[in-house]
Amino acid sequence: MSRFEAMDGNTATAEAMRQVNPDVVAAYPITPQTSTVQTFSQFVADGEVDTEFIRVESEHSAMSACIGASAAGGRVMTATSANGLALMWEMVYIAASNRAPIVMTVVNRALSGPINIHCDHSDSMGTRDAGWIQLFGENPQEGYDNAIQAVRIAEHEDVLLPVMSMYDGFITSHGLERVQIEDDEAVRDFIGPFTAHDALLDVDNPVTYGPLDFYDFYMEHKRQQVEAMKYAKRVIPEVAADFEKHFGRRYGFFDEYRLDDAELALVVLSSTAGTARSVVDSLRAQGLKVGLLKPRVFRPFPAEELADALRDKIVVGVMDRSDSFGALGGPLFVELSAALKTYDVSAKMVDYVFGLGGRDTTPSQIESVFRDLAEMAETGEIKQLVTYLGVRE
Amino acid sequence: MATALKLKELYKKEDRLTSGHRLCAGCAAPIIVRQILTAIDEPVVLSNATGCLEVSTTIYPYTAWQVPWIHTAFETAASTISGVEAMYRSLVKQGKMEEQDIRFVAFGGDGGTYDIGLQALSGMLERGHTALYVCYNNEAYMNTGIQRSGATPLGAWTTTSPVGKVIPGKPRPRKDLTAIAAAHDIPYTAQASPHNWRDLMRKVRKAVAADGPSFLNVLSSCNRGWRHPTDITIEISRLAAETCYWPLYEVEDGEWKLTHRPKEKLPLEEFLRPQGRFRHLFREENKHVLEQLQAQVDRKWRQLLKRCGEEE
Repeated sequence: MSRFEAMDGNTATAEAMRQVNPDVVAAYPITPQTSTVQTFSQFVADGEVDTEFIRVESEHSAMSACIGASAAGGRVMTATSANGLALMWEMVYIAASNRAPIVMTVVNRALSGPINIHCDHSDSMGTRDAGWIQLFGENPQEGYDNAIQAVRIAEHEDVLLPVMSMYDGFITSHGLERVQIEDDEAVRDFIGPFTAHDALLDVDNPVTYGPLDFYDFYMEHKRQQVEAMKYAKRVIPEVAADFEKHFGRRYGFFDEYRLDDAELALVVLSSTAGTARSVVDSLRAQGLKVGLLKPRVFRPFPAEELADALRDKIVVGVMDRSDSFGALGGPLFVELSAALKTYDVSAKMVDYVFGLGGRDTTPSQIESVFRDLAEMAETGEIKQLVTYLGVRE
Repeated sequence: MATALKLKELYKKEDRLTSGHRLCAGCAAPIIVRQILTAIDEPVVLSNATGCLEVSTTIYPYTAWQVPWIHTAFETAASTISGVEAMYRSLVKQGKMEEQDIRFVAFGGDGGTYDIGLQALSGMLERGHTALYVCYNNEAYMNTGIQRSGATPLGAWTTTSPVGKVIPGKPRPRKDLTAIAAAHDIPYTAQASPHNWRDLMRKVRKAVAADGPSFLNVLSSCNRGWRHPTDITIEISRLAAETCYWPLYEVEDGEWKLTHRPKEKLPLEEFLRPQGRFRHLFREENKHVLEQLQAQVDRKWRQLLKRCGEEE
């Protein structure tokens, strides 16, 4: 039987890891991910998991050990944040190109410098081209659910790509919420046993991993990664459908809230969507036709589906919790702009960079965004392409 | 029964690193690797740092390796083999695979070991993975074209410690990585050289039989970087040992022991002379560097004798 508990995101993630019972975990503690590693360490110390837990000396070694363990032929998980992810950057790419189905929770935190331990999305956005599937979660429940689904997605034979599951540092990682924890057996039944492909430990059938790959083959191998991402786009909804059958909670590429008949749409990732929903409700009560779209899957980017969902909107406001210095706007804005243009969506688009380094984002700020969008819908003019919310200019 | 360390027995064993690889003629690395893999009778799984050995043996779609092999990056041979070994322990413990007495071996050059991979190596040794880490030490970054490393000796020419008008080669001595590894208090650490193959293979056997991590530092001549003829690889290795530039010893459970003591300690010059990388040291104005280098070798040799409880 499933149970309801008050849990923060990191405890819920550790619970998911306990239930998945990976063969190997290699991880290094970093704020705000630390309590996941601590809680999991206790599970290991208490014999509640069979996992060999490698307490590595750095995140770089964490990802290297994960790749080695995965190639050896078993199920592997890890978790990190911010600078930890940055330190393992080199290996993050290598994990994907080795087609290692590693599942990693990334508790989103601002990248240094200056050093800052609080939430923004600069860490995982920086790895958006690394070849990992990326899922963003709004709250502890989604962190838990995504971690479990990530195992199935990563290990699907048509995919075999690593998956990053994200949620907001401190806001979600340390905020207590009601979480439905499923029965251990039900989770294990859902994920199924691990099937090894070309295992290093199969000494009778030796394989070479990570050879030197020049201009004569490298491009084909990159092309195969592209293909795997395409398959992932098919597999992610399949896994979500099966998850819903098992556990009743529905997941898609994105989540829509009062979007159908909306003229003004706001697009925002993760925990801020919760705040935005309440703003949508209060503005709807005032007669404004506003709605919300919260992407869950950022890689593979569901461009066509997003375009369809936003097709008849007049203005689309994107909120980016990270910036791409020198680019047109934040990463979510740039990607979404390209998607809407490609699929002939005529909505006007603007970007709001917010919440960097954990800066608080209030309902009144989100309301001001909607007011901006309303003004743009009325005048047909884009007032300002990128606005920095709540910053001293 | 382990294969006897006799040539007439060993030659019958199948090569685990086959011919067809593209390492240079006269390179010591494949000699060392084959000695090591021939010494091990059990199944092996290998991890390899980026470097000459890696790039020359696995040019896709070919591989010279007849055993499971993984390369991830430059500084990651130790951390990658840690993951492989942990997975083995996990699967065996859970009954998901049968125990097969697999030996886990990592290969890295001195770049991947002394320098960029030192942290990962230290982590692997401290955590106690049952794996052998082998440094094939050619005393510079040879794969990128002979740049100085932490293993490059004082005075040696490299492309980043060139012999200039004011600086005669590398101004700093090499670090003593074997002692650094031994300081981790692991079951087995040794220094070896391919000219004394029986000594090297005996050390490999001890290393892979150890209950925990082991480290082997093997001097590996690179004729491109050392600037010597391709046919004196073994002879130059012998001179390294006979001049006590590269003493052969082991540290077993904290006990230091010489495995070869030269009958007569040769002057360092005999090892340096045939090598172009030291040619400038024989010019009058650089005589002081030569003297310093000899003094360093003498001091390290006395220190080693003391650690091994040997008379001077």
